[in-house]
Amino acid sequence: MATKIRHLHRHHTSPVSESRTVQVIAIFLCLLFMALFLILPLWSVFIEAFAKGVGAYFSALANKDAQSAIRLTLLVAAVAVPLNVVFGVCASWAIAKFEFKGKALLITLIDLPFSVSPIISGMVYVLLFGAGSFLGPWLKSYGIEVLFALPGIILATIFVTFPFVARELIPLMQDQGTGDEEAALSLGANGWQTFWRVTVPNIRWGLLYGVLLCNARAMGEFGAVAVVSGRIRGQTTTIPLQVEILYNEYNGAAAFALASLLAMLALLTLVLKSFLEWRFGDELAATGRH
Amino acid sequence: MTSTTPKRDGWRLKQPSVIPGFGLTLGFTLAYFSLIVFIPLIALGIRSAGLGFDGFWKAATDPRVLGALRVSFVTALIAAGVNVIFGTLIAWVLVRYRFPGRRIFDAVVDLPFALPTAVAGIALTAIYAPNGIVGHWFPFRIAYTPIGIVIAMIFIGLPFVVRTIQPILEEVSREVEEASATLGASRFQTITRVILPSLTPAIMTGFALAFARGVGEYGSVIFIAGNIPFVSEIAPLLIYIRLQEFNYVGATVIAAVMLIISFAMLFIINLIQAWSRKRFGYGN
Amino acid sequence: MQVRIANVRKEFDRFPALHDVSLDINSGELIALLGPSGSGKTTLLRLIAGLEMPTAGKVFFGDIDASEKTVQERNIGFVFQHYALFRHMTILENVSFGLSVRPRATRPPAGEIRRRALELLDLVQLSGLEKRYPNQLSGGQRQRVALARALAIEPGVLLLDEPFGALDAQVRRELRKWLREMHDRTGHTTVFVTHDQEEALELADRLCVMSQGKIEQVGSPDTVYDQPTSPFVFGFIGESSELPVTVENGELWSGGRAIGVPAPDSKTGEARLFFRPHDVELVEHDASLAGVVTSSRRVGGTRRVELEIGGEGHKVEIDLPFDHPAGEKTRLAFRPKRWRLF
Ligand SMILES: Nc1ncnc2c1ncn2[C@@H]1O[C@H](COP(=O)(O)OP(=O)(O)OP(=O)(O)O)[C@@H](O)[C@H]1O
Ligand SMILES: [Mg+2]
Repeated sequence: MATKIRHLHRHHTSPVSESRTVQVIAIFLCLLFMALFLILPLWSVFIEAFAKGVGAYFSALANKDAQSAIRLTLLVAAVAVPLNVVFGVCASWAIAKFEFKGKALLITLIDLPFSVSPIISGMVYVLLFGAGSFLGPWLKSYGIEVLFALPGIILATIFVTFPFVARELIPLMQDQGTGDEEAALSLGANGWQTFWRVTVPNIRWGLLYGVLLCNARAMGEFGAVAVVSGRIRGQTTTIPLQVEILYNEYNGAAAFALASLLAMLALLTLVLKSFLEWRFGDELAATGRH
Repeated sequence: MTSTTPKRDGWRLKQPSVIPGFGLTLGFTLAYFSLIVFIPLIALGIRSAGLGFDGFWKAATDPRVLGALRVSFVTALIAAGVNVIFGTLIAWVLVRYRFPGRRIFDAVVDLPFALPTAVAGIALTAIYAPNGIVGHWFPFRIAYTPIGIVIAMIFIGLPFVVRTIQPILEEVSREVEEASATLGASRFQTITRVILPSLTPAIMTGFALAFARGVGEYGSVIFIAGNIPFVSEIAPLLIYIRLQEFNYVGATVIAAVMLIISFAMLFIINLIQAWSRKRFGYGN
Repeated sequence: MQVRIANVRKEFDRFPALHDVSLDINSGELIALLGPSGSGKTTLLRLIAGLEMPTAGKVFFGDIDASEKTVQERNIGFVFQHYALFRHMTILENVSFGLSVRPRATRPPAGEIRRRALELLDLVQLSGLEKRYPNQLSGGQRQRVALARALAIEPGVLLLDEPFGALDAQVRRELRKWLREMHDRTGHTTVFVTHDQEEALELADRLCVMSQGKIEQVGSPDTVYDQPTSPFVFGFIGESSELPVTVENGELWSGGRAIGVPAPDSKTGEARLFFRPHDVELVEHDASLAGVVTSSRRVGGTRRVELEIGGEGHKVEIDLPFDHPAGEKTRLAFRPKRWRLF
């Protein structure tokens, strides 16, 4: 009997796998860890948002300052994301389609904003355009406010979301090589036609993927924007800043209501991202998912 | 536009190519990069250089600055350590085991990339506060103490570890494990002596990434931290406070110290990767 | 060690990869598993190793039922087609691995492990490379390290799965000779998988030809080559030509006439005639196979011509001396010297 059980047992576990018991324990540990650190926080956003009822939730969203924060966030993302897309496409075109000196250095430099604290990302603009600087007062004399105004917020957002599109496209376009473009050119297409009709279809899913991540970060950036915004209510507060203000005023339900918008954006981003990975996995870059 | 003129005989910026657009795209890339990232960072460098070594040293060794740096680095170190352990386990489970809901859990790992830090911060605070659904189970405080900071940094750093290890683990071939088994190694020996060592470069890279992210993190930490100087005040927050006080010199010094350290980390990460590629031939 | 495979069947998700396979492997012999892709060679090897468990049937090591033993306990040396070396270990560490993972009670002292590993590296002619990492070696060197690593645990059976499959022809030929010498020196019971028949014929004491999850024939290279027991083996080992014939009055007939080949022991009726292209003689008289040359090419020292026999488009190949004047459309008559009917 004992040998029979042993035999059956062996039958089901291969020598390069762990026993069922170990597997179950490991899976359970991981799920517990992820529940505590990832799922519970997300879930609590919605619980807290509706803590005072559905009415309070919607009136928090309808609040004038909340509305202006939403508008500002959309505006900032609408400027920052397209600029970073243009940059990402240009950078990956130059890097993937050509061999030139200093390429490796350029690739490393593009990742630089990832290793800079968001606070520092905002701070560099304070130093550049703030009171003691050379540029700030000069621009001010022409009536242009950068700091504590929209341009500063946009600059800081661009800084922190700068690498997203580029780092998705660079490995992808490097993998694809230059064969397709050379074929199109040899068939008489000009540069623009080649780009729009050959390159763009090849990279569209990777591009969408990069845009998704870039947008999520752009709408949710907190530290860098906090430094340059000045938090003028109804004027220079983005959604995350407005969340902070409400939270610090002990208006938790309203803070979480607004936060739930960003959480939904995050969920949508994750769903789309997983869908792209599942459906077009081989048309995305294989490495460097951030 | 198609090619740049050779500057000297034998020296060329780029190899010849029939594809157009090199000058335009590289030019735009460099200009945009310089305006947005490079010049501002240089400005910071110049500002801190302007202090001179003595001034810099004096500001950097201010007790409160040292305290904040210590809090940031120690908590980030602990969080990265926890993340390495659980991140490796999660990567293992996701790559090796088949169970219902695996795809969903795989997707959830990326939540910290997608969820804005401020949202994560208030949510973590809510559940780990003394009256929160997790916090109230503990006899000691989690939120508003350094433990809270570690929790927030674990949240922020986890996907860096998992996503660095996952592809390398997928690459480990079954045959290598089978070879180990036929040579008499138990499953435990195979894991500890064959699989984990071959993951070491990835684990170290993941650790460095999670650590660097934790040190710089602001949004998710400040809500849960308590922000008491010398105890739970992190370096990025101190920079923020200095900026609010218009003490740009003080802010610049802390920022410079943090930048130097994070660039050192970046350098180390690149070294690890180059070294492991050269020696073990990973990634080719 | 003697290995006995008794009525083994293996299914993968209902797909039968092996049907009722039985094979005795004698102690100290070098046996080759030969067969087309997907015929179940690797599966059989992995069953012996314990990397897979049979759906039915048993594997015996000597008198012991191996299903009682885990992979770790079976003491087999397995060499994989793609080496499966440990990339983060030096060559010396790779070779020492099997000894160093033994439980304390049976583990030799560190110095002894090192000495034996170096000895094995010497045996596989890799002395001096012990400090290198696997990716600093060539394919042939890596495979020799893999072999040394497998030999280090003094295996009862050595199993090699297409050990030279990933190497170029030149290195293959060298390693083949070297493996044979090694085997003669160490005398391990060895099973190796290949789908290169030349390799199998040259190297093995016995061949085991497999097809579609079954063993077709087991025997010495000469037996298998000269007396194939099935059309599959005839076709798979060596060159062969095939022609439908009829047996009547103890003679072979094709296209309505006798071809001058007496077959007194064969059953009357339809049959398939198999012969090797080089086992033919050209003849002048009528009682022969005759055909028109449709193509001709030079193969080494001979000329291989394809003949069309009769009006039904049957084609066979025969070898001629390379200076034979036959060209396209030439008519040739020949008779197989050695042949088999199935
Ligand atoms: N793990 C598995 N799961 C499902 N089917 C398998 C598995 N391993 C092998 N098979 C199937 O079993 C059959 C025999 O495979 P096996 O690998 O033994 O062939 P082989 O003779 O070694 O072929 P090759 O010369 O190509 O290596 C094949 O049809 C294969 O598809
Ligand atoms: Mg095989």
